[in-house]
Amino acid sequence: MAALATGGATPSDGATSFQRKVPASSRLAAIAGTRPSVRHGQLLLSSGLPSLDCVLGGGLAVGTLLLIEEDKYGIYSNLLFKYFLAEGIVCGHNLFVASAKEDPADILKELPAPLFDDAHKNQVDEKETAIKSKQESQESMKIAWRYQNLPKVEVSPAASARFGHYYDVSKTVSPELLQSIKWHRFFLPEEMSLHPEIKTCNMTYGYTRLLQSIQRIIYQEGFDGSYPQKKQKNILRIGIQSLGSVLWGDDVCCADNPEDIHSLTKFLYVLRGLLRMSLSACIITVPAHLIQNKAIMERVTNLSDTVVGLESFIGSERETNPLYKDYQGLIHVHQIPRLNSLICDVSGTKDLAFRLKRKLFTIERLHLPPDLSDTVSRSSKQDLAESTKLLSSGCGAMAIGKKHLDF
Amino acid sequence: IPPHLSPFFKALLIVFQGKLTLLRDTKTDGSFLVHHFLSFYLKAGCKVCFVALLQSFSHYNIIAQKLGVSLTAAKEQGQLVFLEGLKSCFDVLFGEEQHVGQPNPLQFISEDGSNLKTIYEFVRTSLMASGSDSWKCPVLLVDDLSVLLSLGVRPVAVLDFIHYCRVAVCSQLKGNIVVLVHSNDDSEDEENELVVNSLCHQSNLILWAEGLATGFCKDVHGQLKIIQKGSSELKAERNLLRIYQYKIQDKNVTFFARGMSAAVL
Repeated sequence: MAALATGGATPSDGATSFQRKVPASSRLAAIAGTRPSVRHGQLLLSSGLPSLDCVLGGGLAVGTLLLIEEDKYGIYSNLLFKYFLAEGIVCGHNLFVASAKEDPADILKELPAPLFDDAHKNQVDEKETAIKSKQESQESMKIAWRYQNLPKVEVSPAASARFGHYYDVSKTVSPELLQSIKWHRFFLPEEMSLHPEIKTCNMTYGYTRLLQSIQRIIYQEGFDGSYPQKKQKNILRIGIQSLGSVLWGDDVCCADNPEDIHSLTKFLYVLRGLLRMSLSACIITVPAHLIQNKAIMERVTNLSDTVVGLESFIGSERETNPLYKDYQGLIHVHQIPRLNSLICDVSGTKDLAFRLKRKLFTIERLHLPPDLSDTVSRSSKQDLAESTKLLSSGCGAMAIGKKHLDF
Repeated sequence: IPPHLSPFFKALLIVFQGKLTLLRDTKTDGSFLVHHFLSFYLKAGCKVCFVALLQSFSHYNIIAQKLGVSLTAAKEQGQLVFLEGLKSCFDVLFGEEQHVGQPNPLQFISEDGSNLKTIYEFVRTSLMASGSDSWKCPVLLVDDLSVLLSLGVRPVAVLDFIHYCRVAVCSQLKGNIVVLVHSNDDSEDEENELVVNSLCHQSNLILWAEGLATGFCKDVHGQLKIIQKGSSELKAERNLLRIYQYKIQDKNVTFFARGMSAAVL
């Protein structure tokens, strides 16, 4: 993080106060797909979902961990996982995909395709015509001859300059786009035969191997600044699927009294250190609903930076509740980090819901539809849910009694 | 004009020597108290040993600069001994074997969690008065203690560590200890609650930051309970309890009496 700290730094001893401060934005924005936070110059990444970026205060900070508490069937958390990786592809970042159940190559093949809106398409088209015109216009200028020898417009690579993109979940990303980025894989079944070369510290074998693998990539590819001569800096986006599940060799999700409750938290602590010292960001999905020992989730939350919980309506009584007909589930922001500052950009809205509509996934403020029924008073969400429950069990009279008195 | 708490803390420094202060947060982030105490003790000229387990050095440094202190300068002058837990843990796992010199303070991670000797040794040697030191009373600051339980340390070992530190820092060196713990009323983390309750009984001063019971509020970020234990347990003096509400801003924290937030007045 030291490399990314900007603004407000006091000049070193001996320098006069007239030393010109290099504007932070010009230095930091050199990394594609990032932007400095408005508040404290912290470098931010997009999570792949512009509406989630808003809720998280502008984006995900570099060097931090985004923990997603999976919904019951893991459908929507998997979507968020894919959006994060897809955003990395569009921005040209490097990816590190780790999973114990799915081959990372398959995960990448199923990433959603980016949606380029008209403005961006024009931008891309303009760049293409600029390349063509560069080759054609070699004739001498007659009027503006002084500008003859100036360089023509430089064409930048196809990486998008925008922060945050939209994706079409019904289409998968094109193989050409996939091949344009560098990515690394960790598939636990492949790694089972090899011995970890680092101290295990009583952690589950799978976690130790994963940490070793992440550290090796960070070091070899220079994300921790170990190759200062490398001009072009890049971000490493790490995605770990269903951490803590049985497939990782950890029994926190299947036993009331797990054998080793510290493996997962130790892993997160070491990972935090790795993230803080490199230009990376990590998304982890955890099947929190399977962890019986709630103390573990409390500790996991304290060791993570941003924690978001998904609650889908599938299989619950809310699926048929008319109040929630537009939404597929609720999203709870349990924690937002305070980085390099006493305050954090916490959004005022606490009731958030998500919906998957016409191939687009958005997160919105949950609002109740207008109460157009005959009763004067508005029943709360709870009341309506309760009355729906009662109605479904056939006690119509009881349901009416539960509503507010109507004078 | 809302009352500021700094005169209160200044008075504390004169009266408070050899005491244990417990910082506690429930349903909110109490780390602003850690930043406050760090800059406060550094400005007061105390020698500080800061065991920072959860965040990087630059994080604390940037915030401390906003509060008017440079941690880099304090480190260079020998006033601040900073243990960056994340970095030391990295060295334990990925670093070379260290046979010479001081053992890594976080070596206990690779052990069975039955004791925190390595960290205690580090604290003791850092705060031991050397002849050339001109600093005032030594201070041990820990952010935070609850993390140790996540690293496989048993609660008894954590309490032993605090006990040993109290003997070394509070009794022998007449210094102060300030530690941060997290707690929750409905927490299922029994080990953590055990540590927190035990420390509550041992400490002389408790600063308890709580989120408002009514939920999120833009102008009042939480409530701070200050519990000052009676000076003599034999005389059974009553604990002094003060409650303030606070709002955290970019460069400071403002405190005010309950219901007297600037937004309301």
